[in-house]
Amino acid sequence: MAQTKAAIPNARLDAEVARRLLTQMQLIRRFEEKAAEMYALGKIGGFLHLYIGQEAVAVGATSATRVDDYAVSSYREHGHCLAKGSDPQRVMAELFGRVGGLSKGKGGSMHLFDKSVNFLGGHGIVGAHLPLAAGAGFGIKYKGGDQVVLCYFGDGAVPEGEFHESMNLAALWKLPVIFICENNRYAMGTAIHRALAQTEIWRFAETYGIHGEAVDGMDVLAVRECVGRAVERARRDKVPALIEARTYRFRGHSMRDPAGAVYRTKEEVEREKMRDPIVLFAERCVKDGALTEADVKLIEKAVSDQVDDAVAFADASPVPPPEDLFTDVYKD
Amino acid sequence: MTYREALNLAIREEMRRDPRVFVMGEEVGLYEGAYKVTQGLLKEFGEKRIIDTPICESGFTGVGVGAAMLGLRPVVEMMTFNFSILALDQIVNSAAKLCYMSGGQYNIPLVVRGPGGPASQLAAQHSQSMETYFYHVPGLKVVRPSTPADAKGLLKSSIRDDNPVIFIESETLYAIKGEVPEDPEYMIPLGQAAVRREGTDVTVVAYMGMLYRALEVAEELAQEGISMEIVDPRTLRPMDTETIVGSVRKTHRCVVIEAGAGFAGMGSEIAAEVQEEAFDDLDAPVARITGENAPMPYARNLELLKTPSKAKIAAAIRKVCA
Repeated sequence: MAQTKAAIPNARLDAEVARRLLTQMQLIRRFEEKAAEMYALGKIGGFLHLYIGQEAVAVGATSATRVDDYAVSSYREHGHCLAKGSDPQRVMAELFGRVGGLSKGKGGSMHLFDKSVNFLGGHGIVGAHLPLAAGAGFGIKYKGGDQVVLCYFGDGAVPEGEFHESMNLAALWKLPVIFICENNRYAMGTAIHRALAQTEIWRFAETYGIHGEAVDGMDVLAVRECVGRAVERARRDKVPALIEARTYRFRGHSMRDPAGAVYRTKEEVEREKMRDPIVLFAERCVKDGALTEADVKLIEKAVSDQVDDAVAFADASPVPPPEDLFTDVYKD
Repeated sequence: MTYREALNLAIREEMRRDPRVFVMGEEVGLYEGAYKVTQGLLKEFGEKRIIDTPICESGFTGVGVGAAMLGLRPVVEMMTFNFSILALDQIVNSAAKLCYMSGGQYNIPLVVRGPGGPASQLAAQHSQSMETYFYHVPGLKVVRPSTPADAKGLLKSSIRDDNPVIFIESETLYAIKGEVPEDPEYMIPLGQAAVRREGTDVTVVAYMGMLYRALEVAEELAQEGISMEIVDPRTLRPMDTETIVGSVRKTHRCVVIEAGAGFAGMGSEIAAEVQEEAFDDLDAPVARITGENAPMPYARNLELLKTPSKAKIAAAIRKVCA
């Protein structure tokens, strides 16, 4: 199962599915391009880690789940949160540090949480949310539910002990968790071959006796299909899986590393941009007749308007009142 | 009832009362707990609710946090609190912060419990006062129960608390006996100190093993005409400063005893609080009697030097009262 598989090329692409997937990917892309602009304007502070280039993973994976399934992610989580169904207005307001944000402005870009869509958060310590995902899987099983957990993390989390502890626990206790490693080839600036003795990340699944698979993370349909199978198994048999989605981050690690130019060549970045998951999927939709070029343009326009609205909402939202410093430290 | 049995009873009662409560940790089930606190629980509640884990403190503590996010109420055992250092990130960065970072959407009703503090010849890595690592962190509550009744009442309150609670017991107290109310609703609120002995000349703050040492010293010094009032904080965060300061206003002197190393310890915090709140009431500087600033040695003679002895405590109190 080492080879990444493309989605079945002859399968007829459903127009509604095509529209939904493209819209979500476009929304995430436009949202983050706008967030980068807002960062440059000083509206957003701190760290801002962009997901641009990786949208097919969050969108493809989420599309294979139910609304009541759970998702949890690292600090590069805008895409996962939006794909899960969070309101872009409240996400942008959180990035702005405003009271209208998902966490009332107290979490910021790295800590988006949305209980209303079972998004268990963006977590800032590499690898730390993998045990939480196992815990959510444990909780589902304990309560007798049939949901699953999608747990997203980067290749940088794989050398962490918590990756291995979580794989072991999820396998040992048969927890319905799909671990999705978004291998974008760089942990911050450290290339994967400089960090991992085993660079075929999906192979760690063999060690723990669980299903492992690599998938082309630039192909939203391939991700959807691959995660879909893992979700079905997890729901039915309460078993985890490890999926390695091979993808690429077009931007730098964060806004403080805008181009990511020190540790990778310009040629490499340009070459990878030729495999832009949104462009590829839009072309496929048009070629298959699922969408027209006019549809694609309309989607672009619609998400652009939606993101502008999000910025307007965030801008209009007040900063948190001083007393909010002390609320939510403890639950009363 | 022993302190150990009181803890066991508290867990049992809470598990009977609330199906969301479960116990997880190393050797808690089949082995019945390294210190037998969970004895008989597997038999009563089964494998679904009494979960033996592999040795992976960060992993299973994180599982507790994740399960708590879904509304469960995990009681995670650290075989000894020294091992909680491996889970420190999950406790400090996950459990303590998720409520705040999520703007109150998620709260973490997690209890992490187990023995800590000086034990007997367990050397440097198994004999540390770990509470100092935790009470610095907003978002955590930290409990140190000194008596069997407190063990029960405080553990029950901790399990029912909607926040992460660090509950540190002691190997040296598991076998002590005391009256423990049978009432399944017997609870001691977190953040409430207890005056263990009333006195007029000096307020002594102490907990766990140091509390018992202080009580013995109080008998001794009473014969010399020094009347010690002994306050057991019980909960270190939130700290019941009001009771401590109230006592100091009465006695005009304050001594804090702690087993752990003194630098930036509990005594430093209490000394600061007392001087801020009751400076004008003080007839002497607040004194700290603390563990020496060295790791815990193995050799028995050195070990005895590391932790405040009765003689050292008595001498310090005499000096403050002179």
